[in-house]
Amino acid sequence: MSVDQWQEEKTMCLGVPGKIIAITDTERQLAKVDIGGVRREVNLACVAEEGQSLEACVGQWVLVHVGFALTLISAEEAERTLTLLAELEVDAAG
Amino acid sequence: MQLVDEFRDPAKGRALVEAIRSRLEAIAPARPLQIMEFCGGHTHAIFRYGLNQMLPEAVEWVHGPGCPVCVLPRERVDAAVEMARRPEVIFTSFGDALRVPGSAGSLREAGAEGADVRVVYSPLDALEIARRHPDREVVFFAIGFETTMPATALTVLRAEAEEIPNFSLLCHHITTPAAVRAILDDPDLSLDGIVAPGHVASVVGADTFRFIPTEYRVPTVVSGFEPLDILQSLWMVLGQLEAGKCRLENQYRRVVNEQGSRAGRAAIERVYELAEHSRWRGLGEIDRSGVRLRPNYARFDAERRFGLVSHVAEEEALPCGEVLKGRLKPRQCPHFGGRCRPEAPLGALMVSSEGACAAYFRYTA
Ligand code: SF4
Repeated sequence: MSVDQWQEEKTMCLGVPGKIIAITDTERQLAKVDIGGVRREVNLACVAEEGQSLEACVGQWVLVHVGFALTLISAEEAERTLTLLAELEVDAAG
Repeated sequence: MQLVDEFRDPAKGRALVEAIRSRLEAIAPARPLQIMEFCGGHTHAIFRYGLNQMLPEAVEWVHGPGCPVCVLPRERVDAAVEMARRPEVIFTSFGDALRVPGSAGSLREAGAEGADVRVVYSPLDALEIARRHPDREVVFFAIGFETTMPATALTVLRAEAEEIPNFSLLCHHITTPAAVRAILDDPDLSLDGIVAPGHVASVVGADTFRFIPTEYRVPTVVSGFEPLDILQSLWMVLGQLEAGKCRLENQYRRVVNEQGSRAGRAAIERVYELAEHSRWRGLGEIDRSGVRLRPNYARFDAERRFGLVSHVAEEEALPCGEVLKGRLKPRQCPHFGGRCRPEAPLGALMVSSEGACAAYFRYTA
């Protein structure tokens, strides 16, 4: 097995970010999610707000793990982390 | 924005390594600082991106037992193989678990000998197989930490709602806090910091790990899985050491909050209860470190369904446990690269791409 293949091996613990494109099955809480260009069906039971329509999730970023969206990803928090790292970068350069 | 590439930016990585270097100079430790990354996902990333090689020698990663495949005990593999060999059973599992050696071979070997063993990406795929094959018994090997627990719990709830009679779990879910405690209670270990598992925390909440700084006085940072995440977490741990502080910090705020996932926790709570103890390969028995199906869901318990009596198999004495605790480096194991290689693993740390021995084998010359 090559290193590449080995890296591609599905490891159960890693979650990957994806963006919810459309709701495909409301009863089963399924949605199409774009994961770095690959689309797959993902269950939204963990991120769906009770009493809220699933449609509200479309456009949101989620962490996808073994077929389930585990949590929503906050784009603002991601931005905040990156800003902090950019400041470090400026410090290091200066 | 894609939320992946941004966290792999080499320029920011170099800046972080510089920042880490200057913190290390300020701390000037008398011996290398031992930082444990508990989670196999972190171990994998550290090797894949060569983080260990980028960092000064004053930092030593201790690769913890946070890979469910690596700590899967032999008797559970034996139970899985025994089940898979039944003619009425379709045995489904995540791909990672297939090569783990049991006393009578692995699941992959059972498959090669004619057992119906299928790799699935999600427990929902296993349920789908059960829908399609009403004449067969479909068993899913439910392993993993709190990250996979909501998925298997929600799949059981779905099977219940749809009254699917031919689906069950061979359940070996384990929990991180109990294992972290077992490690921190080991008097031979003295860790300077812990990089805590971000995806587990996304389910159970960052607060779950607060006991590490408060009870054990070890600085702790909940971390994401991209290279910049891990470097930043290390930098944060060093910040605490430099300031003489000890607390819980959360580097992975974009995914993790204090309480975790309400729905995910509720599903776990509904379907599982704590078991008195669970066995971990290499670490032995750890109290209250695993879960089992609640009595209400007993009909989804494959062990009951097939009347399996689990017996504890004698394990060959291997040094894997010492590696899991960071007392031995993989290369110091006498079997490393000889009797124990990724194609033919002797110990489980050589199986998964998240295992420390496999990572050393693949990524270090
Ligand atoms: S090389 Fe093999 S036997 Fe040795 S510690 Fe690693 S997994 Fe265990």
